[in-house]
Amino acid sequence: MSFLEYRIKTAPSGLRKVLHLNWPVILMMTAVAAVGFLMLYSVSGGRMELWAEPQMKRFGLGMALMFVVAFTPIWFWRNMSALAYLVSVALLLVVEFFGHVGMGAQRWINLGPLVLQPSEMMKFTLVMALAAYYDWLDPKKVSRPLWVFLPVMLIVMPTILVLMQPNLGTSVMLLAVGAAVMFCAGVSWWYFGAVAGLVGGAIYGVFALRGTPWQFLHDYQYARIDTFLDPTADPLGAGYNIIQAKIALGSGGWAGKGFMQGTQSRLNFLPEKHTDFIFTTLAEEFGFVGAFSLLLLYAGIIGFCIVSALQNRDRFSQLLILGCAANLFFYIAVNLSMVMGMAPVVGVPLPLLSYGGSAMLVLLVGFGLVQSAHVHRPR
Amino acid sequence: MKRTQRDTEDSFRGVRRRAFLMGGAMTAFVAVLGARMRYLQVDQAEEFRLLAEENRVNIRLIPPARGQIFDRNGRLIAGNEQNYRVVITREDAGDVEMVLKRLASIVPLPPEDIEKTLKEVERRSPFVPIIVADRLSWEDFSKIAINSPSLPGVTPEVGLSRVYPLDQDFAHVVGYVGPVSERDLERIENPDPVLQLPKFQIGKVGVERWTEAELRGRAGQKRIEVNSVGRVMRELERLEGDPGDDLRLTIDAEAQNFAQARLGDDSAAMVAIDVQTGDLLACVSAPSFDPNLFVRGISQKDYSFLLENDHRPLADKTVQGAYPPGSTFKMVTALAALEAGVITPQTGVYCPGHYEVGSRRFHCWKRSGHGTVSLHSALSESCDVYFYDIAQKVGIDKIAEMGRKLGLGVRHDLPMSAITEGVMPDKAWKQERYKQEWRIGDTINASIGQGYVLTSPLQLAVMTARIASGRAIEPRLVRRIGTQDVPLPDAPPLDIDSQHLASVRRGMYEVMNGAHGTAKSSRIADETMLMAGKTGTAQVRNISAAERASGVVRNEQLPWNRRDHALFVCYAPFDKPRVAVSVVVEHGGGGSAVAAPVARDLLLYCLTGGIPPLTAYPASQRGTIESRFNDMKLRDFGADSTTRSRA
Repeated sequence: MSFLEYRIKTAPSGLRKVLHLNWPVILMMTAVAAVGFLMLYSVSGGRMELWAEPQMKRFGLGMALMFVVAFTPIWFWRNMSALAYLVSVALLLVVEFFGHVGMGAQRWINLGPLVLQPSEMMKFTLVMALAAYYDWLDPKKVSRPLWVFLPVMLIVMPTILVLMQPNLGTSVMLLAVGAAVMFCAGVSWWYFGAVAGLVGGAIYGVFALRGTPWQFLHDYQYARIDTFLDPTADPLGAGYNIIQAKIALGSGGWAGKGFMQGTQSRLNFLPEKHTDFIFTTLAEEFGFVGAFSLLLLYAGIIGFCIVSALQNRDRFSQLLILGCAANLFFYIAVNLSMVMGMAPVVGVPLPLLSYGGSAMLVLLVGFGLVQSAHVHRPR
Repeated sequence: MKRTQRDTEDSFRGVRRRAFLMGGAMTAFVAVLGARMRYLQVDQAEEFRLLAEENRVNIRLIPPARGQIFDRNGRLIAGNEQNYRVVITREDAGDVEMVLKRLASIVPLPPEDIEKTLKEVERRSPFVPIIVADRLSWEDFSKIAINSPSLPGVTPEVGLSRVYPLDQDFAHVVGYVGPVSERDLERIENPDPVLQLPKFQIGKVGVERWTEAELRGRAGQKRIEVNSVGRVMRELERLEGDPGDDLRLTIDAEAQNFAQARLGDDSAAMVAIDVQTGDLLACVSAPSFDPNLFVRGISQKDYSFLLENDHRPLADKTVQGAYPPGSTFKMVTALAALEAGVITPQTGVYCPGHYEVGSRRFHCWKRSGHGTVSLHSALSESCDVYFYDIAQKVGIDKIAEMGRKLGLGVRHDLPMSAITEGVMPDKAWKQERYKQEWRIGDTINASIGQGYVLTSPLQLAVMTARIASGRAIEPRLVRRIGTQDVPLPDAPPLDIDSQHLASVRRGMYEVMNGAHGTAKSSRIADETMLMAGKTGTAQVRNISAAERASGVVRNEQLPWNRRDHALFVCYAPFDKPRVAVSVVVEHGGGGSAVAAPVARDLLLYCLTGGIPPLTAYPASQRGTIESRFNDMKLRDFGADSTTRSRA
């Protein structure tokens, strides 16, 4: 009996798939999203229609898409991987040349009611492509230079396109997610060591070349790094965001100031309070208890994903789930580090909480893949 | 590609191993995030809570209402006036320029003011109200209020500002308030934060300045919540302040007004003091100015006019002016000699018209001489030689001691600006000041209040009151602060033989009422208010021997600022002294002709509590006095002026 036949025979079919979904992950994601609606309601000052309601609609749409994706067999998605990857890269090229400019960067494609951010999509299609690649590749060859060079190119190409937008946060995350999938696929430690060395050198280069015509980053990106290193140096300028965010967090204390009682967000001291910095409002209003609970919810989602990957004997599914989990993790890690003053402000939203369309939709569709892999796992 | 079962099993295990590692790394990082959360939210919570409060809460001061100042009978001298103004708020106005144009069509608004407002509006946040027009009349204010529907963003407001209803009468005593300057802030230790409020005013001179602590009151506070751009969201808490204490002065506003009018445009100063209590009843420096000009912000033109005037209207001559007392000092010399026992009232001195010490010759004002004079005639006729002689016998140190006992050369503590100590010279003083020996000629000059002796009109009034009462009364300006009466200062008896005081008083009586008295034309005819006094004419220039030989130039022929100062001190009634008055008319000429009539008028005004009855004057003078009173422009204090209590 071939492997494929085995899979087809044992995978649940029809509506019975519902029973085989990874329900803990769905429930926890819904819980996080619900917290998000609450916080959006709070930061808008009690105006449902401003952010909370559109966010709920998007979540509903995203959930529906997630189920559709989840019910579609995982091998279909594996076969679609290469195409999805190519479409994403193509879209990145489109924004590069025709996209909308906003906040000093080209990131969006306007699709009528929907604003599409191809760089968000790229995170998941990259995972798909890499998972498919390693599923195809003989596991014995994964550490051979040529077979390492190929996935590296798959990662670097879109990364460069995103960096050109410019969007430092997402490009760093693409690299990290790609590296995570390669790591899980079993690429030799040596490569990671070498890359770590190179990155160290590059960081040195970034700072060494600062102020010369050959500097790597934009001035605002340097400013963000400076701010991260010493936010108090410019408390009303570049450092303002991070200082106010920390004040909001810290003043929440153990139990918080109470729902809709956060002075920092209500009085507009907080920047980007409904998007990148929404966590600070949560931490201010619900304190350490609320913030830590949210962290545990996120950890739970990731944990269940990893467990699901460990149980899955299909290589593509395993790597796909791990890649998506890593993706979620990096989102959370970068955002929380940023608002807690542990990383420079790079403009990464907090998944499921931050207001914003495409990130949430893409995330839910991505987790549809995770569910599909879970439902259609070999038994 | 075909894979063996074993291959897939190996790959599964490999991925599992790596997944474990990745999961472990993720868990570790989540732990780091959790620890950071704990650090910020639990360990450092208190610090951040404070910072958040600082962000959120602003404290705004509510300026206190300044205490009012009243005269001894409760007439308002300095009050707070409602000040009508309009402010504009950009965010409510929309098109500020158009709204201002419309406003200008309703009330007069100079184009440069509009220009200024527009600039200010652009500079400030849209929700900050900017003052468009200040001190509007009630009519203009109501016009704006009525038209407010067509003036979006324009709000009429009422504030308080200082006003001096008696304008120039109290310009020197009470002074005025003005906006807080950098120099004021430097002067004050631990400045009250209310001083930083825009448009807050503090006392600049006079009572306003020196009782600032009592008048200012305590600012209230409101804690307000502001958002990140400073817009006020709501008031959290309000703590009302205390208004400043009201002051009641010892001065009688009507007497003050009378004195001010009586001095007119002369450069002069006049002080009336209650002989028994030391209460200042009038304290007038002329010419004066309107202190309201300073409150509103005086124009450069008005200010330089006041500065350049040679009659120095800005100076308070009653306490700041230091003049040679001239013959009004002779009581001091006489008392010093009597107390030292070098003379008795009967001791006679021959006055040939001059007095020689060594090779120097000192002249009596009467060239032909007074013949033999005793204490009473020397005072009443103001013989200089008599005092040259007794001063030589008693010595300067004893004279200076007596002068200080009577309040000369001493700084009397009143809440007024730049109070002079004057000069009561003695040997030590000259040694210290000029590093020179005291010379006999200095004593002779000092004996008639010339030379180094300098006194203020206030000091002369105190001296007269002390001689009249025999007690060391201290001048007092403030009667009551808030609801608290200011206690009368101690007035112990002067350590002077009452016989000696009586003799000097008798001499002063003779000045007014004696057949040869120098001021007999200024006497009071009313038997119940007989007056004692002393004239003084202080030289402000040296008369050379050559000039003396060719005849001293008469005062009227000299330029104004070279003429003699006219001085006069007096008290009345003679037998039961109540009020003492001192007058200095700068460059006025003779004390008897210029200063004495003025002093008598004020003395009578204080004693009778109103325009003096003509019966108090000698019959021959009543006509001129009456027409003078009719010509005087006195303030109308209203109907209740007859029912006032009197000093």
